[in-house]
Amino acid sequence: MLLIKGGRVIDPASHRDGIGHVVLEGGKVREILAGDAPGGFEGEVIPAEGKWVVPGLIDMHVHLRDPGYEWKEDIGTGTRAAAAGGFTSVACMANTNPVNDSQEVTRHIVEKARREGSANVFPVAAVTRGLEGKEMADYSELAEAGAVAFSDDGKPVENPLLLRRAMEYMRPFGYRILSHAEDSVLAAGGAAHEGWTARKLGIPGIPSAAEEVAIARDILIARQIGGKLHIQHISTRMGVDLLRMARRAGLDVTGETAPQYFTLTDAALEGYDTNAKMNPPLRGEDDRMAILEGIQDGTIDAIACDHAPHEAYLKRCEFAAAANGIIGLQTSLPLSLALLAGRKVTPSHLVELLSAGPARILCLRNKGTLAAGADADVTVIDPDAEWEFRPVDVLSKSLNSPFLGWKLRGRASATICGGRVRHSTIPGVAADA
Amino acid sequence: MNWRRRHVLGLSDFQPEEMEFVIDTARSMEEVLSRDIKKVPALRGKTVVNLFFEASTRTRTSFEMAGKRLSADVVNFSSATSSVTKGETLLDTARNIEAMKPNILVVRHSASGAPLFLSRHVSCSIVNAGDGANEHPSQGLLDLYTILKVKGKIAGLKVAIVGDILHSRVVRSDLHSLGRMGAKLWLCGPATLAPREMERSGAVVTSDIREAVRGADVIIMLRIQLERQKTAYFPSLREYSRRFGLNREIFSLAKEDAIIMHPGPINRGVELSDELADCERSVVLRQVESGVAVRMALLYLLAGGSHAAH
Amino acid sequence: MKILLDGKGVERVLSRLTHEIIEKNKGAGEIVLVGIASGGIPLSQVIRRKIQVIEGVEVPAGFVDITLYRDDLARAGYQARMKRTEIPFSIDEKKVILVDDVLYTGRTIRAAMDALIDFGRPRNIQLAVLIDRGHRELPIRADFVGRNVPTSRTETVEVRVEGNPEDWAVLLKEESRGKGE
Repeated sequence: MLLIKGGRVIDPASHRDGIGHVVLEGGKVREILAGDAPGGFEGEVIPAEGKWVVPGLIDMHVHLRDPGYEWKEDIGTGTRAAAAGGFTSVACMANTNPVNDSQEVTRHIVEKARREGSANVFPVAAVTRGLEGKEMADYSELAEAGAVAFSDDGKPVENPLLLRRAMEYMRPFGYRILSHAEDSVLAAGGAAHEGWTARKLGIPGIPSAAEEVAIARDILIARQIGGKLHIQHISTRMGVDLLRMARRAGLDVTGETAPQYFTLTDAALEGYDTNAKMNPPLRGEDDRMAILEGIQDGTIDAIACDHAPHEAYLKRCEFAAAANGIIGLQTSLPLSLALLAGRKVTPSHLVELLSAGPARILCLRNKGTLAAGADADVTVIDPDAEWEFRPVDVLSKSLNSPFLGWKLRGRASATICGGRVRHSTIPGVAADA
Repeated sequence: MNWRRRHVLGLSDFQPEEMEFVIDTARSMEEVLSRDIKKVPALRGKTVVNLFFEASTRTRTSFEMAGKRLSADVVNFSSATSSVTKGETLLDTARNIEAMKPNILVVRHSASGAPLFLSRHVSCSIVNAGDGANEHPSQGLLDLYTILKVKGKIAGLKVAIVGDILHSRVVRSDLHSLGRMGAKLWLCGPATLAPREMERSGAVVTSDIREAVRGADVIIMLRIQLERQKTAYFPSLREYSRRFGLNREIFSLAKEDAIIMHPGPINRGVELSDELADCERSVVLRQVESGVAVRMALLYLLAGGSHAAH
Repeated sequence: MKILLDGKGVERVLSRLTHEIIEKNKGAGEIVLVGIASGGIPLSQVIRRKIQVIEGVEVPAGFVDITLYRDDLARAGYQARMKRTEIPFSIDEKKVILVDDVLYTGRTIRAAMDALIDFGRPRNIQLAVLIDRGHRELPIRADFVGRNVPTSRTETVEVRVEGNPEDWAVLLKEESRGKGE
């Protein structure tokens, strides 16, 4: 039994935002009490006065690199970083080695997470075998083994006919494709956003059109056959506009963006900083503004950090040779909390973006809410805590982040997953080993 | 002025006085090149390593000559026949060479920013001999020097650069050297190779070669780089030559005493007609001459004084 | 600061020097003058004019910049600024009179000789200086000396031989670190 007392309970899924005391029992939310805290509670008490108590945060775009690239990250370290970042669940992508296109790999992930993980891990399996873009994978078998959605992320599904067939086949089963929308041919050879900064630095550019063309294609195919689609890591203005249009047309298309796209622009590339190299690339200020607008008006459903760990030597080199991607699990929450400034977004809306939204998109029942009977996944957030993100704080195996050295505001004070405390900075409250 | 640089990575932050200082030093070096014994002991006992990851005979030879004329020991490393083909990273290659204690590394690489990256990780001086589409500082300086030699001034001159502007590091260095010293630059090429954004640098961008050449004092023709293209930027060399090649007729639109320059190697008949390449207004060979003097100046300024690698 | 020689004094010394050069070389027929940049240049011009007046001969004159031959480049506190070298005639088989304003450690002269030998093979090299201030670090001596002036290392000797001859002077100054060579 666990009592989280005195915090501001923010649960948009149950339309709740007010002081309350959350009682967890048997791995579920038993109830939320109002008024004074109950006296003489048997069980652990977590003081949450002055803090927020929200449904466990869910990051739906994470690369755990396990199996196959365990030197970059593994399920153990990745979920530890997730828990420290306030996340109780993550959805991990299929570009492992071997690729997650078979039930064996899906099961490996699920079981290893159960044994060694500090958070729930929901595998996203491949759309095409080997991520080769040629043949569909065995979706039902994968879903039975634990896959919650399908994505070739890392790569787009190049062949539009194959995308159509896959989406059409999946439709009666309600499976959703998470799309890394990129026209590889338009993007070919590029290493940074095609704009003035790339020109100045002499780096070949990736035009916005490479993302926009692909998003339009995917939306229109979904429209044609009525499939369920989710657009990953949106970085362009037109990308947001297309999503808005799809929503207005009543299509079941959802979309996510990552904190880097509303926090940084391609100005971060100055000096050829390889920690600013990622795909899709950091874009211009106008795109960043559009992402903020898209978040504010509800077009964007989720924030997902695209956690992409890489070993040091892949970033300690000339820009053209550097690997794409940054880690993000420990910085996603504070960077997202910055959205509250100037009332761009309300706390409730933020919880939508970081928890309820992802739960809905991935059909994770009993998650993303603190209604009675929901799973006991809770995040206690101190929205005002000021801290510095230092290399020594990084729990991931990799250190590729442009936010190292930043002074951040807001962090998870405690992360409770399935009723167990998996991370805590609250004195007297210890995390389970 | 006091020369304080440990590296020459690009001209983007070179003040006019610094460029003048290098040119002045190059003038003295040129005098050495006119002697019978074209050697001075200024860099005796110093080692210059040419670290070329991209093929280039002329730039490498020019740096090699420059080093030897200053009595330095010059060593050539070219990636085609080396450890790089075995997958060694740039950093490892450079560190291995650094362990042999050279004073200066002259680096040419296909990735923009590679020399800057190296300068953060090795302790010897770095000279950028061309990095990707970023800069080629010694070329920018030798172009400036050549124009000053022939025209006596640079401020107020109209300089037209014609060719693959998009991929050219020579253009970008010239924008700094010629532009900052007061020339008015016109960049001309097919729209696919001459992005409008370059106007942010203060130059005029056009696809009309006549407009670019009209009244020009200096015309710099760039080699059209076929080798870098997979999907074409223009239909064919024939088409390119028709629109963007320099011939007598178009050249007559320039000032009477206009000069023609080219960083080399020239594609005769494509960007420059055979006859124009050899005419008396073409100063291509003087560029080569200036190149050795400018490179001698740079090597001397980096290693001949108090910044020798310690 | 002390005035070692005023305008008239410098004139007289240079006249004597010129006569000595002419006498030792039995005329001005085979000699060429090479001034060491930059102090030796105006001096060599004066000597050249004087030879013209005395012997009626136009002696070829040039100048040499020794910056690229210095042995102390690595220790130069600032990047030594290069000057010009111009020797527009052959020095083969000629008697080269190297001219400098102040002879000090001798290193400049050594560098100048190295430079000259790269230009050709003179019959001999002779050295004419206005002031010899002592403190030799190399076995170098001048053939023709205007005046010997004992100095301490913290002093500098400044020579002015340009413009109006009335303004010519040789000054001895106390300085923290003299660069006079």
